[in-house]
Amino acid sequence: MPEFETVIGLEVHAQLKTESKIFCSCSTRFGEAPNTNVCPVCTGMPGSLPVLNARAVEYAVKMALAVHCQVNRRSLFARKNYFYPDLPMGYQISQYDQPLAEHGWVEIPVEEGTKRIGITRIHMENDAGKLLHSDGTWSQVDLNRAGTPLIEIVSEPDLRSAAEAVAYLKSLRAILMYLGICDGNMEEGSFRCDANVSIRPRGTTGFGTRTELKNMNSFRNVERAILAEVRRQVELVEDGEAVVQETRLFDAAKGVTRSMRGKEEAHDYRYFPDPDLVPLVLDEAQIAAWKAELPELPAQRRERFVTTLGLGAADAEVLTAEKAVADYFEAALGHGVEAKKIANWVMGDVLRELNDRGVGMEACRLSPVGLAHLVAMVEAGTINASQARAVFREVFDSGEDPRAVVERHGLAQVSDDAALEAWVREVLEANPDEVARLRAGEKKLVGFFVGQVMRRSGGKANPGKVSELVARVAGEGQP
Amino acid sequence: MNDITTYSLTEIRDLLAQGKVSAEAVTQACLTRIEATEPKLHAMLHTAAPQALEQARAMDRLGPNPKQTLWGVPLTLKDVLATADMPTTCASRILQGFRPPYDATLVARLRQAGAIFLGKTNMDEFAMGSSTENSAFGPTRNPWDLGRVPGGSSGGSAASVAARQCFGSIGTDTGGSIRQPAAFCGIVGLKPTYGRVSRFGLIAYGSSLDQAGPMTRTVADAALLLAVIAGHDPKDSTSAATPIQDWEAAATPGSLAGLRIGLPEEYWGEGLSAEVRATSERAFAMLRETGAELVPVTVPHTPYAIATYYIIAMAEASSNLARYDGVRYGYRSPHAKNLHEVFTFSRSEGFGEEVIRRILLGTYVLSAGYYDAYYKKAAQVRRRIREDFLAALDSCHLLCAPACPTVAFRLDENTADPLQMYLTDIFTVSLNLTGLPGISLPVGLGADSGMPVGIQFFGRSMDEATLLRVAATVEAARGPMPEPPL
Amino acid sequence: MRLCAADAQTIATLARLRIDEATAAHLAQQMASILDYMATLNQVDTTDVEPLYSPVEHVSVLRPDTPQVDFSREAILANAPQTDGEYFLVPRVIA
Repeated sequence: MPEFETVIGLEVHAQLKTESKIFCSCSTRFGEAPNTNVCPVCTGMPGSLPVLNARAVEYAVKMALAVHCQVNRRSLFARKNYFYPDLPMGYQISQYDQPLAEHGWVEIPVEEGTKRIGITRIHMENDAGKLLHSDGTWSQVDLNRAGTPLIEIVSEPDLRSAAEAVAYLKSLRAILMYLGICDGNMEEGSFRCDANVSIRPRGTTGFGTRTELKNMNSFRNVERAILAEVRRQVELVEDGEAVVQETRLFDAAKGVTRSMRGKEEAHDYRYFPDPDLVPLVLDEAQIAAWKAELPELPAQRRERFVTTLGLGAADAEVLTAEKAVADYFEAALGHGVEAKKIANWVMGDVLRELNDRGVGMEACRLSPVGLAHLVAMVEAGTINASQARAVFREVFDSGEDPRAVVERHGLAQVSDDAALEAWVREVLEANPDEVARLRAGEKKLVGFFVGQVMRRSGGKANPGKVSELVARVAGEGQP
Repeated sequence: MNDITTYSLTEIRDLLAQGKVSAEAVTQACLTRIEATEPKLHAMLHTAAPQALEQARAMDRLGPNPKQTLWGVPLTLKDVLATADMPTTCASRILQGFRPPYDATLVARLRQAGAIFLGKTNMDEFAMGSSTENSAFGPTRNPWDLGRVPGGSSGGSAASVAARQCFGSIGTDTGGSIRQPAAFCGIVGLKPTYGRVSRFGLIAYGSSLDQAGPMTRTVADAALLLAVIAGHDPKDSTSAATPIQDWEAAATPGSLAGLRIGLPEEYWGEGLSAEVRATSERAFAMLRETGAELVPVTVPHTPYAIATYYIIAMAEASSNLARYDGVRYGYRSPHAKNLHEVFTFSRSEGFGEEVIRRILLGTYVLSAGYYDAYYKKAAQVRRRIREDFLAALDSCHLLCAPACPTVAFRLDENTADPLQMYLTDIFTVSLNLTGLPGISLPVGLGADSGMPVGIQFFGRSMDEATLLRVAATVEAARGPMPEPPL
Repeated sequence: MRLCAADAQTIATLARLRIDEATAAHLAQQMASILDYMATLNQVDTTDVEPLYSPVEHVSVLRPDTPQVDFSREAILANAPQTDGEYFLVPRVIA
């Protein structure tokens, strides 16, 4: 029985964070009252005409440059014709045989290091509106979203597992967010993807029949959907059946993919150049200017973290994956704590807290400088690690200065030698038998004395120091 | 005093500006004429009588405004142009009752110039036709002979101008829809260079071909209207930034010495009716007498123009008309029980036969497996046709051609066979494929039919000025046209 | 060329048009003769001819990214066959 290899290509749609829509001046703001950000153009009224948003072009080109695409000096908009109530003109304005950019790549982290994933093309298009199915009789059409600028990023079929697909998506999303051109919100749909999935016997180079998966609104669901679909295809092939080329929807509740057959007839989009728009011609100088404006991207930042901060490659990868996290990390530097310590805190407690709560970096109200202070207190032995964790959880929401919290709760450890020594002497004097046994070599009694001191100090004594002091004081007068 | 409506647009504009006649009197004269002639013609789909009179009175109270070049001048508009204060239907059931919340850019410019809109004129549904018989609301008749068509698709505009219901009208020309009805009705029709007049608010039929332009009784009138509606519009990506010219000054007769005018042999060969040939050739003498040099030229791809034009126009139309789906505006079938039926029933009940035929053919030529053979092929031949014209216009300042193989045909004469109807557009469609400007004007009446015969001039890109100068010169040499016997 | 009633129906479905059986045959025959006429273009050698999709000669028309509110919801919904005052309504789409 042959072993199968998975072949995946992704089509990612990213909404561009422009102020106005791609072909009209309506606002792109999310969450407005239905059908309030609309005009004759984006509702497809007769006689209305599209005019391209300059900023959308800039953003799309910047993404193309960031993923090493060749930006075509001349691209064309084409009409993709199909009927749906959320598509006001009866066609989507997209780019077809002359897209904005082609032949790019991104690197994704894999076990052996990094892997280069090819990007076939990036093109611009308008988003559709939204359908709501609130009651049994009617569906509601809201066209606020119709005309929001999108870029579609099409990958080569270079991905070989669900995990690689997710890593690729995360890389793209990180780049978009570093560029500040997309808010990357998968649940709200500002970053979404369809997956073309097929399998083939390992060692072969041809392609199997692929299916197109839709309806995956989180990284986790992308992974689950691909795994489920691969399982389904393997079972089909092993049973001697054929995979049918079709579109399948992921059912997140049941964890399976389902055919859309019957609900959707065969498409014939009848693409042709949109006569309402003129060719987009970009000159060298403009492209060079945009290239010069590109901010530091995840790969460059990763590199810098390794070379100038001395972090390990894996740590740099984790820290740079999300721009907001990396920004937070960097802002916490330069306050007297070494980068590695801050890095450990960000990768440990900070990310754990974000994951546990299922929130983004912006939800953390503790300032980066506040985090530096917290880590500094741990380093100085003022508080111990578990106390620090408790403080962090508190200030995460309040944004309070951790030093003030430590102060208020009287958490600061007593590390003052004089105070500690006084407690140690009291405890030793009160337990002469145990002192004798300790002196006789029963080392485990150090723990007993530390415990006693801790109790006496109300838990504030620095246990490390106490341990040292017990050994020293008990050993006094010994030969 | 003459009947006010017998003045030309330029004349009435001057009389209004000088305060010699009130806007109300002029408007009322047109409305009276509309009332008298409409039962026979059916040129109008909507008449805005109270609105127009009210506007005229309000303007009279303020007095003439020298900044408004069309102060108080009553016009009509082809119903393919979006008007915020009047229904806009494209003569289609699918848009019956539609009131756009916006004016077409050219409509807004006319308003700003002080024009008064009397109403919207009849047309072939969605501008698809050559006779105005494809209107969902009944045909328009030719003021010269009520048994004949006024041409199309701007037949209502042509008839309303010829019948003196208004002083001018704005039509649209996708494959001859201004020039052919102008010729059939004995008036002047100007199709500007593609991009000269904004298409924003011009309801699309064939987007790469559509262009709005004036339909008037004199060449000077056309120049005056063009000056108002032309110019760059940021709302139309295809609108040209080329500055407008002094077309009123250009539209004056004078010596044509030094001007070379090409006579494309493909246009003056077979297929031209005897009376059209005889009448139009009178223009040759007029041109020579004023100093122009006439030279034979050739535009060899002309035999392919009709096929090229219809493939492109239908392809674009099939997509342009996809928005009429019964969801956001327009007709929704009362029989539709589900979404699919909303789409299919509304469209099938809302569109007329010719529109459906063109959508189907347009869908076909764009569909998988046929795109290259039809649509792409047509776009390639389109370039060949344009090259022909550019070459001819390289050696000549302009070209002269008949407007139509025959005079206005009879109602129902060409309705049985759609292809037969398409073939009548042979002399007009090439110009739209090239994007170049053209004008048609009457040269006289055919000896057999007594119907007007028009000729066309085709000009270089953005050179409407030369077209107007030559047309004005021919117009002067021709002398006044008789009135239609309405 | 041959274009049967079923072909006409397929195209009609793509264009969201409904044509009854009787018209389909007639329409198919009309369309076939028009398409035959259009096929005369095959007589033209178009090797290496760049298609001309539009007579427009300028390129790259762009507008500034400035949001604007020019139309109220009421104005946009005013022509709709069916609304609830906030949304356009269509018969429920099976999701």
